[in-house]
Amino acid sequence: MIRVVLPYHLRTLASVDGEVLLEVKSPATLSGLLDALETRHPVLRGTIRDQITLQRRPFVRFFACKEDLSHDPPDTALPETVVAGREPFLIMGALAGG
Amino acid sequence: MSRIRVLVGTRKGAFILTSDGKREHWSISDPHFAGWEIYHLKGSPAEPDRLFASQTSGWFGQMIQRSEDGGKTWEPVGNQFNYDGVPGTHQWYDGTQHPWEFKRVWHLEPSPTDPDTVYAGAEDAALFKTTNGGRTWQELPGVRSAKGHLWQPGAGGMCLHTIVLDPRRPERVFIAISAAGVFRTDDAGLTWRPINRGLRSPYELPDPDAQVGHCVHRIAIHPSRPEVLFMQKHWDVMRSDDAGETWHEISGNLPSDFGFPIDVHANEPETIYVVPIKSDSEHFPPDGKLRVYRSRTGGNEWQALTNGLPQRDCYVNVLRDAMAVDSLDPCGVYFGTTGGQVYASADSGDTWNPIARDLPAVLSVEVQTFP
Repeated sequence: MIRVVLPYHLRTLASVDGEVLLEVKSPATLSGLLDALETRHPVLRGTIRDQITLQRRPFVRFFACKEDLSHDPPDTALPETVVAGREPFLIMGALAGG
Repeated sequence: MSRIRVLVGTRKGAFILTSDGKREHWSISDPHFAGWEIYHLKGSPAEPDRLFASQTSGWFGQMIQRSEDGGKTWEPVGNQFNYDGVPGTHQWYDGTQHPWEFKRVWHLEPSPTDPDTVYAGAEDAALFKTTNGGRTWQELPGVRSAKGHLWQPGAGGMCLHTIVLDPRRPERVFIAISAAGVFRTDDAGLTWRPINRGLRSPYELPDPDAQVGHCVHRIAIHPSRPEVLFMQKHWDVMRSDDAGETWHEISGNLPSDFGFPIDVHANEPETIYVVPIKSDSEHFPPDGKLRVYRSRTGGNEWQALTNGLPQRDCYVNVLRDAMAVDSLDPCGVYFGTTGGQVYASADSGDTWNPIARDLPAVLSVEVQTFP
């Protein structure tokens, strides 16, 4: 199972407490993970990526294994440790402010 | 006993204030949607416990929330706002054309008769409509056909911020768009045309009498006389007696005719309210005195209302959607400030009291009256 950590406001929207555990069909990719997440929690559609273009929203970031995966193409394979559930996949609100 | 419910949208959540009809003692709810910008929330006149809220975030985009119990609990509904067909382009700052891009919903206007029908005014400027209680939204693309390629965003964004439904003619709707003007449909939203004749913008437009491009901040009507429109423009307070065909200035003796909100007394169609702001760059009241101005003559002759409002060192703003009236007698008038105060008057503006003092910056105020 893939472990997904949502930012506070999206956990509230999705009524989620803690990590979301997702079954993502193989080969597990960034877009496959987001598809599975939005299928499980339809309320998140449009909050992480555009509903039509599927472009990541500008101030949302994807981190895993201490790497920033935000700019990777949607069909990028997820790190093996994420697929194996040893590391979480983090969806973050980007730093903004002063 | 009558009751009042005040719906307050702020930069960091929504608050619901309640009182009995005396309007002396108020309860303030905990924040709803804490941390999100709530541009507007409004109740359905047809089913007053059904509320709609526009919840937005620079990080996570647009949500629309609906309540069936007067705001105690909420449920997310449809948040997909797709421009009809190929979105097309509008004027950009550098003179080029720029594609329409949805950013947020500024204003929600529920139908007076059908609880499932709501209009939504969006940035980039467009009008959307739901007929299923918010589950899905369709654009009324005729709005953007009204010279939309000439519209250009102002400093506050290219937003469709005001929607006025004619209570006598359901097929007639007025809308206002920042830096574009006022538009009207007489065929239930199929076709629209600019109705800006008489507006003058000598310091904002190369042609001061242009058909579009005027920065209209707010329009308001009295439901008994929907052909009479009042407008707070960027500069100038204006009036139309022919459903927007022509406008004339009614700024009269105001200390400044710049401002954002304008509203009409619930029981006196010639009594109107504005909050003068010093200038287009100094968004605070002249002389540090927060004054609502009331005209009982439909404009031109204005009286400062100061009793209970801060008369020194006050540098807040009152935004376009942040004033509303109740329908009791005497009429209650309410407005919220960017400093987080909500002021209320239970006597048509003669005296004021803060009914909330320390909220986040107020974006919108709506009032529901339960007689």
